[in-house]
Amino acid sequence: MQLKDLLTHTSEWLKGTGPNSDIVISSRIRLARNLDKIPFPHQANKKQGEQVFQAVEEAKKSTAYLKNTTTFELEDLDSVDKQFLIERHLMSYEHAQKTDHKALIIDDEEIVAIMVNEEDHIRMQVMQSGFNLFEAWNIINKIDDCLAKELHFAFLADWGYLTACPTNTGTGMRGSVMLHLPALVMTRQINRVLAAIAKLSFTTRGLYGEGTQATGNFFQVSNQVSLGRAEEEIIENINGLIKQIVEQENQAREGMFSRNRAMLEDRINRSFGILKSAHIITSQETIELLSLLRLGCDLGMIKELDRRTINELFIITQPAHLQKIENKKLSTQERDIKRAELIRSRLKV
Amino acid sequence: MLCDICAKNQATVHLTEIIDEQMNELHLCEECAHQKSIQMEQQFGLSDLLGGLAEFEKPAQEKEPSVLIKCLNCSLTYAEFKKIGRLGCSECYGAFKKYLGPLLKKIHGSNLHFGKSACKTGKISAKMPGLQELRYQLQKAIETESFEEAAKIRDQIRELEKKCLQNSGEEKEKDAA
Repeated sequence: MQLKDLLTHTSEWLKGTGPNSDIVISSRIRLARNLDKIPFPHQANKKQGEQVFQAVEEAKKSTAYLKNTTTFELEDLDSVDKQFLIERHLMSYEHAQKTDHKALIIDDEEIVAIMVNEEDHIRMQVMQSGFNLFEAWNIINKIDDCLAKELHFAFLADWGYLTACPTNTGTGMRGSVMLHLPALVMTRQINRVLAAIAKLSFTTRGLYGEGTQATGNFFQVSNQVSLGRAEEEIIENINGLIKQIVEQENQAREGMFSRNRAMLEDRINRSFGILKSAHIITSQETIELLSLLRLGCDLGMIKELDRRTINELFIITQPAHLQKIENKKLSTQERDIKRAELIRSRLKV
Repeated sequence: MLCDICAKNQATVHLTEIIDEQMNELHLCEECAHQKSIQMEQQFGLSDLLGGLAEFEKPAQEKEPSVLIKCLNCSLTYAEFKKIGRLGCSECYGAFKKYLGPLLKKIHGSNLHFGKSACKTGKISAKMPGLQELRYQLQKAIETESFEEAAKIRDQIRELEKKCLQNSGEEKEKDAA
């Protein structure tokens, strides 16, 4: 598989299917693993970095779940390629920096992504569409079992899996759920919800993970604690919290729908109008308008479009995606024009 | 008003600090304020936040200065860990054990792992019946401060873990043969 092949298909997590997929975009489980005694990537020399990469490549061969995967060495990728992978949520910003012996293993469906030599030797993730953490856990647990047969993971009975940062020690697991909460934002209840999430030892981040701003009413909620609780228990806890947030968003949507229907229809259809007719549009404005369009789709106000089309637009209108589609570097202004063109063509109904 | 730090110059910068819900007002001269802002900048960021947490955990009767402790496997010192917030390798966990235990507890509210084990088969429940249960008992014993009981349970857990690793080693040899 080549990177450009990804352009022609929809990532599993963007399909807009699965439980509660009106509010929950995707569910992701990430596991951090390290090889025993070999220095963690930030402390490793070239030889040790190479050793880790080779060991993972070897282990991959005997893992049935990783049969249809491709390994990309970060050294071989240019800045647009890297940005493209970040936009698709297949790797982190951190992984794109200092590329020595860094690699990314992804499968054809973009369900599995394994970063080699990021902050830890191995950072694997499984993504699912909708509210589906347990399914993601089932898949990643099996991959982890297979890899554990081939690799000697750093592990202590008392402290579990050993990671570069002590905030990940224990299960090495982070479960994240991407939520679309336009009604809680519009009704100004979101700060109350975010404060409650923080109190319960969970974190909220923006669309692109750590350190990113919440844009387009997207919020990523994940567990903070990784030690002292079994994986299933952590997932149960996240699920419990997410169910409550989903409930609150639904109530806010119903409230707006019954009390301010005209206002809501106006905002949603104006967004649709701008997207269908704009000739220059920034990615920020695109995300904000698409968010309203998606709400309109969820509420049955926009019948001409499905969730999948809108989800896809969120990703393909990002800067690196536009440049991959056009197959050349584009300036900001050129991108704003191409973006508007792409949106118009996709929304022709 | 004179500066609260140097008590020489006129205070022109007024700062409110909140530490542990205690509010402090500081009135500083420009020079001392500059020093203070450098200090504050240095204190920020996750690594320093972690470093800050690690600092609190210094046992009261410390004989050897913690900063000199070094991991023999990767040469990272505890002082470096405090600075960068990242450990150097799996062996660091052993080298800095006495400081990491309390730190992990501070971060996670617990310093005892539950859940999956790196036993090579991954089939922890089939291979090691009762391990989870033992861990649960251990936590209970620690909570009720029954330390003798806790020590016994911990030994049992270690024994089971060791057996598991031996078994998987044998299995691997068999696989290889």
